[in-house]
Amino acid sequence: MVRTVLTDKLPAHTKGLKYMGMTMTQKILAAHAGLDKVEAGQLVLVNLDLVLGNDITSPVAIKAFNQMGKESVFDKEKVTMVMDHFAPNKDIKAAQQCMMCRDFCGAQDITNFYDVGQMGIEHALLPEKGLVVSGDAVIGADSHTCTYGALGAFSTGVGSTDMACGMAIGKAWFKVPPALRFELKGKLNKYVSGKDVILHIIGMIGVDGALYKSMEFVGEGLHSLSMADRLCMANMAIEAGAKNGIFAVDDITKEYVKAHSDREPVVYEADADAEYEKTYVIDLSEIKHTVAFPHLPENTHTTDEIDEIRIQQVVIGSCTNGRLEDLKAAAEIMQGKKVAKGVRCIVIPATQKIYLEAMEAGYLKTFIECGAVVSTPTCGPCLGGHMGILAENERAVATTNRNFIDRMGHTTSEIYLASPEVAAASAVMGRIAAPEEVL
Amino acid sequence: MKMTGTVIKYGDNVDTDVIIPARYLNTSDHKELASHCMEDLDTTFASRVKEGDIMVAGWNFGCGSSREHAPIAIKASGISLVIAKSFARIFYRNSINIGLAIVESEAAADAIAEGNVITADLDNGVLHNETTGEDYAVEPFPAFIQTIIENGGLVESIKNGSIQ
Repeated sequence: MVRTVLTDKLPAHTKGLKYMGMTMTQKILAAHAGLDKVEAGQLVLVNLDLVLGNDITSPVAIKAFNQMGKESVFDKEKVTMVMDHFAPNKDIKAAQQCMMCRDFCGAQDITNFYDVGQMGIEHALLPEKGLVVSGDAVIGADSHTCTYGALGAFSTGVGSTDMACGMAIGKAWFKVPPALRFELKGKLNKYVSGKDVILHIIGMIGVDGALYKSMEFVGEGLHSLSMADRLCMANMAIEAGAKNGIFAVDDITKEYVKAHSDREPVVYEADADAEYEKTYVIDLSEIKHTVAFPHLPENTHTTDEIDEIRIQQVVIGSCTNGRLEDLKAAAEIMQGKKVAKGVRCIVIPATQKIYLEAMEAGYLKTFIECGAVVSTPTCGPCLGGHMGILAENERAVATTNRNFIDRMGHTTSEIYLASPEVAAASAVMGRIAAPEEVL
Repeated sequence: MKMTGTVIKYGDNVDTDVIIPARYLNTSDHKELASHCMEDLDTTFASRVKEGDIMVAGWNFGCGSSREHAPIAIKASGISLVIAKSFARIFYRNSINIGLAIVESEAAADAIAEGNVITADLDNGVLHNETTGEDYAVEPFPAFIQTIIENGGLVESIKNGSIQ
């Protein structure tokens, strides 16, 4: 039997050499591996604060968990399952998958099991429930688990077998990533939001521009970004191939964490001499409304350079842009107007809490009065599951995160990724439009 | 680890939505997943793939979702090895964890053509093209990953206590 050796403090070839400082990500990984120091490329076994799965990935993980011969999960408070992808159950098979998760969580007495009625889209739900705080190390069997980097946590998507391993022993193996630094300055213009920033960045560096790396967001420009903006940006780090996206913790983060969790955040700052492969300086005031054309998130264009592109559907929701701030932005643009003839506009609040707050604030009334439909929380159409599948040759503007072939339906359909502001304006105009065109 | 197979070749950014479309994620049955593997990119794949065939692709293979159903579908369809210029990171670790052999090589992915027959010797890090006679060197796995593979995947590694 080969035994793993992951306790070497430093790789042998570098012993005695002076180390560069660590990035935020490297500091969190070191702390969770019980090491003083790590460097890019080093393999570490990391203690996890939370292990997440959904109704699609958890069944595969549960099967693997059962094969491991473990009787119980490592910590019933630190495993969470959210029934969001094909829930409320879209068909019998989806119903069986949810049942499998429900039975497992029941038998294991899992504290944070979220079924229909309590659930929301996982990456909107977990921060809202206070299950992640700054400094945590989190894995989730869902690629958009990188969302929680917005809170200053190390958080990354893995597969079901890693989830099973996490559930069994509370650990995951990682290769310590090198990092790219994004220094943000200035302030976003009105009707421009975090979605435009992250689409701009993916357009600039490409869908594998951050492959295996951390994307670390710092700088005075952070102050103008709400938590919703940051969660949206960290969410799409995976669309640049990144292992994780992470934001420096500031007062906005601390205030958010305090309002949502009883746990104390731990703040990890990058060392002054931390090594970054590259630093990009981004002036937020120069970011325009950005749209990613089919079939890759890197195919970005700004709305001022787009010819008329007619659309048949608009989706406002998802783990990327289904938060209250997103619905507010869309409602303000659609207020008193009508969804264009021939366009189906589907609005999906990401959690029950957001749903309720949007109702109380009058946003849902606005959407319904202008001819949109409002759905219960679900990932639904984002991954072509249900609640808005596209037919042959149809085009959609979506606030979701991927525009791959077949992602929302037929293989000839097309998805244009955009902000809630652009999606709302497009719903009214029946073509891809900037918010300024309808206001 | 050694295998010989005929090449089926694709381009860059082959994503998990085309490897196994989400509409089939209401099951985790390996055979059923294999029957829909690649169908939105190549409707002929499931019918023409043979046991032992080798898949070759460009940059960022397996980008997108974390669905382990993607490497499972490829493995269950009979593919013995995937050679790509680079792999998306979640797909890479999922493949190791479930025991689908994968190697990165820009030179091999460029030179190898559809229909070539390749013999891969992963222990010695050599890909031999039986059709053209060319050899391509590949990096062996890091020791820790080799440990997982030698133990038969992550599940076995946990089960036998080699990872604790």
